[in-house]
Amino acid sequence: MILMQDLQSILDSALEALSAIDNPALLEEVKARYLGKSGLLTERLKGLGKLPAEERPAAGAEINRVKVAVETALQSRRDHIAAQQLDRQLAAQALDVSLPGRGSANGGLHPVTRTLARIRELFHSLGFDVADGPEIETDAYNFTALNIPQDHPARAMHDTFYLDASHVLRTHTSPMQVRYLETRKPPVKVIVPGRVYRCDSDMTHTPMFHQVEGLWVDEAVTFSGLKGVLIDFMRQFFEQDQLKARFRPSFFPFTEPSAEMDIGCVICAGKGCRVCSHTGWLEVLGCGMVHPNVFTPLGIDSERHVGFAFGMGVERLAMLRYGVNDLRLFFDNDLRFLEQFR
Amino acid sequence: MKFSESWLRTWVNPPLDRTAIAHALTMAGLEVEALEPVAPLFDRVVVGEVITAEKHPQADRLKLLTVDVGQGAPLQIVCGADNVTVGMKAPCALVGARLPGGLEIKAAKVRGVESLGMMCSEMELGLSESSEGLLVLAPEVSPGQNIRQWLDLDDYLFTLKLTPNRADCLSIQGVARELGAITHLPFVPLSVTPAAISGLTERRVEVLDDTACPHYLGRSLRLDHPETPTPEWMKRRLLRSGLRPKSVVVDVTNYVLLELGQPLHAFDEDRLQGHLHVRWAQPGETLILLNEQQVALQPDMLVIADQTGAIALAGVMGGQSTAVSPTSARIFLESAFFAPEAIAGRARRLALSSDSAYRFERGVDFSGTRLALERATNLLLEICGGEACSVVEVTGCLPQRLPVLVRPERVRRVLGLDLSDTVMAGLLEGLGLSLEKRADGFEVTPSSHRFDLAIEADFIEEIARLHGYDQIPAVPPPGHLMMLPSPEAVRSELDLAWQLVHRGYQEVVTYSFVDARDEAALSAQPSDVTLLNPIASQMSVMRSTLAVGLIKTLQTNLSRKQERIRIFEMGRCFARKGQGFDQYKTLGGLIYGTREPEQWGAAAAPSDFFDLKQDVELLLGNGYAQFTVAKHPALHPGRSAEVSLNGKSVGWLGELHPRVTAAYGFPKAPLLFELALQPLLARIVPRYRETSRFQPIRRDLAVLVADSIPAATVLEALQSAAVPGVSELALFDLYQGQGVADGKKSLAFRIVINDTERTLTEAEIESSVAALLHVLQSRFNAALR
Repeated sequence: MILMQDLQSILDSALEALSAIDNPALLEEVKARYLGKSGLLTERLKGLGKLPAEERPAAGAEINRVKVAVETALQSRRDHIAAQQLDRQLAAQALDVSLPGRGSANGGLHPVTRTLARIRELFHSLGFDVADGPEIETDAYNFTALNIPQDHPARAMHDTFYLDASHVLRTHTSPMQVRYLETRKPPVKVIVPGRVYRCDSDMTHTPMFHQVEGLWVDEAVTFSGLKGVLIDFMRQFFEQDQLKARFRPSFFPFTEPSAEMDIGCVICAGKGCRVCSHTGWLEVLGCGMVHPNVFTPLGIDSERHVGFAFGMGVERLAMLRYGVNDLRLFFDNDLRFLEQFR
Repeated sequence: MKFSESWLRTWVNPPLDRTAIAHALTMAGLEVEALEPVAPLFDRVVVGEVITAEKHPQADRLKLLTVDVGQGAPLQIVCGADNVTVGMKAPCALVGARLPGGLEIKAAKVRGVESLGMMCSEMELGLSESSEGLLVLAPEVSPGQNIRQWLDLDDYLFTLKLTPNRADCLSIQGVARELGAITHLPFVPLSVTPAAISGLTERRVEVLDDTACPHYLGRSLRLDHPETPTPEWMKRRLLRSGLRPKSVVVDVTNYVLLELGQPLHAFDEDRLQGHLHVRWAQPGETLILLNEQQVALQPDMLVIADQTGAIALAGVMGGQSTAVSPTSARIFLESAFFAPEAIAGRARRLALSSDSAYRFERGVDFSGTRLALERATNLLLEICGGEACSVVEVTGCLPQRLPVLVRPERVRRVLGLDLSDTVMAGLLEGLGLSLEKRADGFEVTPSSHRFDLAIEADFIEEIARLHGYDQIPAVPPPGHLMMLPSPEAVRSELDLAWQLVHRGYQEVVTYSFVDARDEAALSAQPSDVTLLNPIASQMSVMRSTLAVGLIKTLQTNLSRKQERIRIFEMGRCFARKGQGFDQYKTLGGLIYGTREPEQWGAAAAPSDFFDLKQDVELLLGNGYAQFTVAKHPALHPGRSAEVSLNGKSVGWLGELHPRVTAAYGFPKAPLLFELALQPLLARIVPRYRETSRFQPIRRDLAVLVADSIPAATVLEALQSAAVPGVSELALFDLYQGQGVADGKKSLAFRIVINDTERTLTEAEIESSVAALLHVLQSRFNAALR
């Protein structure tokens, strides 16, 4: 029994000693004191032989139990110290995670490009091809082929930049209707985004701006279809399912019937504001059914194929979409403006 | 086209308020651009008659009036106007009146004298921007009458924004006819009784081109009192349509123009010499017009001429030498139809603004020539008294109005609208068109005032318009479900843009026309594409390089205190090419300032050539790119390169030349690149190559070579040696300085040796390295370090 009590007190003192240690070297000292060559428990094991034979197994088992307990405590303390040490190390390595990341920020697309990409994507989803055409255009393509002969009053609607007697900066993207159909047979569905030019500059006009022309020629194309596609487009573009739209008769020499499309003001929801001149409506594009005088020289049979065409101003849509109130900002290229569209 | 509501309602009076009329017109294609009251709101302003006018006892510049306002005793009113006379009638704002601008009239003492109202000027009533003295009213008006009634101030003004095809609506008659058709009311034409003829018009008229002038009417008129003032009602209508009253003859011709849409011209009969000719202008002929502008006539300009030569530009403007004066008692009145082709463009060419030309070039009703002449005759004789002579008439080739077949089936197909034949016919008849039923549709003959109805499509528009575009359902058309091609070997322009955006570049869009001086400073081949009519001299040439826009954008933003700028633009550049033009899409970029934005974790280092080069290399994609020394006049000769892709030159990059940098006043040199866009869009679709399962072996080789040898030349020589087993070759270090002799440089290459089949032996590895070293030694006289 004395042995047992002795062992228990060794265990208690070992556990107590271990629990106070925070240092690996001291830990090794404790290990030597109990488990080393002449450690307390080692000595007890050596002393087993002096016990009567019948007591030896029980005493041996008890010494071993205590030894295992000390070893376990020792290991657990060792792990604890290592963990503490790592914690201290990690704490010392801690960063101010609130500091900004290193390196460069992204740039951004110009709002016109962003808007064009959006328009392109919406029409692409309907299977429209995208075409590109020259910006220096012949008088013939820009006007004559579109049923606007020399001296036609409609020419006065286009303040044209001239390069020489037969070349102009295109005043609209519509010439591409003709160019596109010269090389392709119906059915065709295409949009033509691009820069256009008019000799006009004031608060609401810049001498260069962007248009997207659209053309759909097929046997089942109708004015009703034109309305359907364009209303759909505007609703998707502005992400307003209930956006109101109306079509008014208008005049373009290359379409008949022709129409202007108005949408309910997206700024004031049709209540009337400065942007819509208190009418509740915004004029957003011109459109119509392709004029037979455009088709005939292209060898397209107007009896079989019907076409609709439309043209929209990109800056106008961008202004409405993003709430830009001055057209000229688009070409001023002030980075503080452009960076808002990242 | 601008007119007043009250005038329109004398022609056609639908049971609609003015807003509803405006909406109906707009939705029928006659866009109402503005609908505004002729006068701002005010009340309690009546006609006052000045009974007495005396000097104010306390003020030299004021008068003390007694004014009869039609009720009770005359009022005592203090007035400061200079034009006050006893007996005059003028607007009088009574106590309690509210005037435009919020002024409220109260009984007040003015310099010690009681004043019970205010005598008003036009400006005070908001009828004009400025005025001198009181508004003088006609003597016949009775005191006390409400001024708004007397001057018809509750009227509204319509302004139409007409499209060029609707010249028929450039008159009150035309608008009324259209409104009648829209609102299903009958159109009642103006009825005019021809004037009694009291003599022969002696002047003969000869028309030399009766296609250009298919109808010419003229008559001599003798006026008893040519100086009679134009009646108030006519002046009011003219003013409300935006025309300033002048003298009675001019006013009557203008009035008929507005009323019927027929331009008229009055010559001073006493200033005409001999017979009149309608002919084309002769070479060298000149004419001084009514507006005192002297014009050199061109052979495609139609003129009216007398014995002395051209006296009027037909259909555009009269000449000064034969113009009527307010005292002209004998006039020759012209009412003619000139073909649109004979007039179109001439006024514009001469920079003239002419109501007459505006109408003729769009098309004037050729059946209305006589009506207008008789109407003007009647008005002049009524107002001034006098006598009319017979009408001289020359008739030539009037425009044809051929019947057009309108097929209801076609109408339904084009519109996608189920509309019955009867409804269609009704709509067309509402326009006053005559229809004849045929087996496959109606034959419709366009009316003489509609120059825009010539083919079936034109009538389809009329039907759609009158039925209402809004009544046509909106249904997307059925389509063929064909997939669009998606070529993988092509990158889109947007892909490239995004790539630059992800490298910190902001896209800009600059004008395609630039200043020739910037072109000269920045382009290798300054633009030879010049605009004939630039909007400003600094926007007169089409750019040959995007560098101009980029540099200008840099300038703008530096002046706005930006310090680090990375921008790019995609767009066309231009050059002449034979008879035509080259217009190629180009991608250009510019960087300025530090490599990274200013930040806590990286030292600020200026961007250099190699920063830009990496951006360019990435744009070049997976093609074979080369950078070689090349001269560009705007770039630093030692820090610029020509870029080629797959053996073809595609552009350049480099640091702006110090001279140019200084000229633009930039504190540091920007770096720019410019690449042809088209070649960048090609890319190679990936093709799998086997990767090795065996451990790669790395060997480094550092050699000394002459400084003048480009590193890329050395690397390319190593690559083209195609040593077996070498899977990767790259330059990883360049060193000059201590330990390396002047004129030499140390290049260190990383060589990775690997075989897909087996592990290479040491001997094989050494032999590969030796082979590479041999290339370096033999080709570049390299020494192993």
